[in-house]
Amino acid sequence: MNDLVQVRNKTTSVFDVDIIRQDFPVLGTMAYNKKLVYFDNAATSQKPSSVINKLTSYYNEYNANIHRGVHFLSRKATDAYDNVRTLAAKFVNASTEKEIIFVRGTTEAINLVASTFGKMKVGEGDEVLITGMEHHSNIVPWQMLCEEKRAKLRVVPISEKGEIHLEEFKSLITDRTKFISIVHTSNSLGTVNPVKEMIRIAREKNIPVMIDAAQAVVHENVDVQDLDCDFLAFSSHKMLGPTGVGVLYGKMKHLEDMPPYQGGGEMIHSVSFEKTSYNEVPHKFEAGTPNIADVIAFGEAINYYNKLDRDAAFLHEKELVKYALKRLQEIEGVKIIGQASERTSLVSFIVRGLNAFDIGMYLDTQGVAVRTGHHCTEPVMDRMQIPGTVRASFMFYNTKEEIEIFIEALKKAIKLLNK
Amino acid sequence: MVQSENMNGLATIENDIVEEFTLFDDWEQKYEYIIELGQKLPELNQVYKKDEYKIKGCQSSVWLNSYEENGRIFYEADSDSTFVKGEIAMLIRVLSGQKAEDIVNAELGFIDRIGLRQHLAMTRANGLAAMIKQMKLYALAFHAQKS
Ligand SMILES: Cc1ncc(COP(=O)(O)O)c(C=O)c1O
Repeated sequence: MNDLVQVRNKTTSVFDVDIIRQDFPVLGTMAYNKKLVYFDNAATSQKPSSVINKLTSYYNEYNANIHRGVHFLSRKATDAYDNVRTLAAKFVNASTEKEIIFVRGTTEAINLVASTFGKMKVGEGDEVLITGMEHHSNIVPWQMLCEEKRAKLRVVPISEKGEIHLEEFKSLITDRTKFISIVHTSNSLGTVNPVKEMIRIAREKNIPVMIDAAQAVVHENVDVQDLDCDFLAFSSHKMLGPTGVGVLYGKMKHLEDMPPYQGGGEMIHSVSFEKTSYNEVPHKFEAGTPNIADVIAFGEAINYYNKLDRDAAFLHEKELVKYALKRLQEIEGVKIIGQASERTSLVSFIVRGLNAFDIGMYLDTQGVAVRTGHHCTEPVMDRMQIPGTVRASFMFYNTKEEIEIFIEALKKAIKLLNK
Repeated sequence: MVQSENMNGLATIENDIVEEFTLFDDWEQKYEYIIELGQKLPELNQVYKKDEYKIKGCQSSVWLNSYEENGRIFYEADSDSTFVKGEIAMLIRVLSGQKAEDIVNAELGFIDRIGLRQHLAMTRANGLAAMIKQMKLYALAFHAQKS
């Protein structure tokens, strides 16, 4: 079954969301007899049929272990798997597919870098710099590293609007700064950080930079060569692909220098009890049988993006968030959390006097799926002095009509909870 | 509410709640009812709104005070979530004023029977599951002390 987007004429000027929606079976779901409105895309996106079908066709037609079989199926599976590395490399414009390492997700990518490159570069008294809007997955691995090395984790503060000031960023870079890891696009505030400029600043001092692009690759074109970042991480499941797969991009020279992450099969060149020599990059970092099926289906997610009129899709997302912001601000008591001038297609908010969780539960009764709480960014909530927010996050397959349903449901929730 | 010694008051109240919930056909109505219960929950005295009484959850917190009177255990509680307060109201209705032993052994099957189990699972992060545990622990401690 082909996704409709494939047969759609790319040159049509209107972005036809109705046609796009037909590619995503889940979007037709009824929740408690109401039309599902899925606004929890920043947690995980829905999947087009092409991705779902790829999973079954892999298992039905060419399930085999890869890189080791001499037979027909293994060759077919190996080809399909390796091809995704090339697709992923092109997707972020890596200079070679060898710079693409498959991991379980953004979290594993960051842990991998912290426990290999990080361990190599950071020593006692050194500093690792992050920002105040990191996801826990870009805090804890560095904290663990700093604890082990007796190094110091330093944090660039965020403003009331949820932005980073470059001057503050600059002033926190010292002679002891050995690594910088920053989120490209905040999952709780929606802020898009000036990462290119931040990398340029770090580059002047020769400090390697890692970019958490989990929320970024979904809503804009990310080019690792243009950014000139040393490492970059993202997750398949947030960009139409299956769970359990992610990408770590790393500059070739770093990947070659770094020690392996885990030991096992696939990552070795030869093993004896006296001495093991490691396989080449990227295999050095992919110990054991990989997540073959999900990687192959992830390739379909990238294909979907490639066939999509991305400019139109991203523009549509921008319009959605603009519309949602406008409608939300009309409601008495609503306060938008995160008012950065550069923002992605999500909106976090609170309602005066009301608990975010209560609101989220009511929206659920109306079939509207949002996320409530701290969104794995507790320091952001502490900074804003709130326990949590309600977050609605949009994807190109969402519509203004859905935003209307959400706004109506929200108004009802406020009325009910204020009784 | 006084329960006769040989009647399991706890189970009776659970049945009453289940019966009341049969009036509602969908999740929205159940939600509204629970919110109503939450809005009616008596206020907890400010002296108990302190950290030592607080059960911190991921999305909301619960404050719980427990005490014993004439061999029975009583609870009063509050939360920053009205929905959680509604759930507290039901738990208090079932457990407060019961004998320690009955509280310890309570299976609280009504949560399942009124179709709130899924939602309770979601609220694991909300201090409610921790609150049930805390209620039982208090009863257990009292029971152990007595025997
Ligand atoms: C900004 C950001 N970084 C990292 C992550 C972690 O991604 P994953 O759970 O896929 O490893 C997320 C996902 O919630 C995120 O939004």
